[in-house]
Amino acid sequence: MAMSFNKIADCEWKLDVCGYTCPHPQMYTKKALQKLESGDVLTLVFDNPSSGESILAMCDAEGNDLIERTENGGSFIWKIRKA
Amino acid sequence: MNMASASASTATHWLFRKSSLQSMGVLLFVIIGSLWALSVDTRFVYMLVYVWFGLAYGLLLQYGRFCMASAVRDLFAVKVPRMAVGMMIAVALYAVVAAIVTLSGFSTFHPNAMGWHIVIGGAIFGFGIVFTGGCASGSLYKAGEGNMNSMLVILAISFSQAIVVTATGWWDSLVPQSWLDSAAAKAADMPEELTITKGWFDIFTAGYIWDLKGHTTAEIFGMAETATGIVVLNTFLTAILPVGLILIALYAFYYRKGHLRRAGLTAPSLSDELAGMWAMCTSSKNTALAGIGLGILAGLHMYVTGVLRDHYGIFNFGELLVAMGYNNGLSIQETVFDPGYWYITTQEAQWGGWVMQQVGIENMDSIFFGLDNGLPNPLLNAPGFMSIGIILGAAVMALARREFKWKLPSWETAFFAIVGGTLMGIGARIGMGCNIGAFFATVTNGDPSGWVFLVGMVIGAWIGVKAFTWWMEWSASRNSSECGL
Repeated sequence: MAMSFNKIADCEWKLDVCGYTCPHPQMYTKKALQKLESGDVLTLVFDNPSSGESILAMCDAEGNDLIERTENGGSFIWKIRKA
Repeated sequence: MNMASASASTATHWLFRKSSLQSMGVLLFVIIGSLWALSVDTRFVYMLVYVWFGLAYGLLLQYGRFCMASAVRDLFAVKVPRMAVGMMIAVALYAVVAAIVTLSGFSTFHPNAMGWHIVIGGAIFGFGIVFTGGCASGSLYKAGEGNMNSMLVILAISFSQAIVVTATGWWDSLVPQSWLDSAAAKAADMPEELTITKGWFDIFTAGYIWDLKGHTTAEIFGMAETATGIVVLNTFLTAILPVGLILIALYAFYYRKGHLRRAGLTAPSLSDELAGMWAMCTSSKNTALAGIGLGILAGLHMYVTGVLRDHYGIFNFGELLVAMGYNNGLSIQETVFDPGYWYITTQEAQWGGWVMQQVGIENMDSIFFGLDNGLPNPLLNAPGFMSIGIILGAAVMALARREFKWKLPSWETAFFAIVGGTLMGIGARIGMGCNIGAFFATVTNGDPSGWVFLVGMVIGAWIGVKAFTWWMEWSASRNSSECGL
């Protein structure tokens, strides 16, 4: 298990932080979003529920859009479009 | 925010989902266990109150993702005030209920001794929580979500405390001579088997802590017995006013700018600012609701235990254990750790200490175990069952919400859990509690020492975030991902 951050298509990125507890997921997400250009989409995969609350608040503060969220068996897949 | 939500669920009614049935199974286990304990002796209701309140705390902690570690950590790490706001809401509610409980004469609260140890312990504890991913109760609720990393944290907190409070040898050279002299002057009045001049924590306790005083604000002003002292000095001045000031500061530094941008305001009026404060407090409804619930429950917990003590004519669970025929593991005073309110770390120290005792390491010659808290069998450890209740309550909620998942630690997270948990244990013992016992339970009952602990915790967490960020940068630079972070 290790963090992975990859470009999966034009303007689309994927960050997988499964297995990590706080504060890794929210801190890696913050850093990943800083790397993206405006309009790029980040697919974020994580399994630490409490990080989701912090990531939601981060998106809210920065104006980033959470465009899709899927939850399955304790894992979360969120798509965030950078403002 | 545009948001489309999709779920990978099947069409099965939620009640019949496997995870819902498992959730109800955990609840049934608690009910059957409670009934069994009551069938053995109805006086076990005193211990079961801890279980049931623990279960309720666990339900709410998981529901609100309520972890006080993130209250300070996320402010510095990602500039998110969500949990700090939730914590302040809980403090305000607990303070109001605690005032009613104190006025009714059923308070079980005792203030902590005020001194430098609190800020130092708070700082060590605050540094540790950045690396473990949860505070003491946060680690319990995350363990209930299936997070084995958090289970490692609990183990580290348990054994580090037990080792710290009983360590001797070179550890004794850590304390100043003046503490040793002060402890030696009291040795004649103490049972010989405690050897209070041997073991650094015994010397710290007898030679330093015992010379300090702990007071509520009302006691400082000689108004502890009056309604004015309890309501105005303890509740308003010590809890509600600081909470209000902290909420204003959180709004000004972490929420206002984003709120004004979203609302399209350039010259906000006072009512706009108040609306912004309200928006901040309700931005995470789960956290706010959990804060309200936990605040009220924590106060009620104190009341129910107070009523039971009155009913059984006892001051401590140890008296009830003796009456029921359980004499093992009691302190010299025939007491056991029994705070009567939400507390986490001491009972975990007892778990570690009890295991060490079973393998032949004598721990009852320490002040912490031998004089104050005892080392009861975990099956008779009332606050210990509160901690177990938190794990089970969180499991019930996580299973019901289909968020339960067994999560194995990696070498990196396991290392952080053990080192961070050990620091949390050391900090908790030096600071006389964790973010619950040394902060949450104190400020809400009029003891200002809790704010000193919070200051230490904030300093420690700030340094911890700096250290953690450095580590993250370093490890990300070595990551084999296609794109580095």
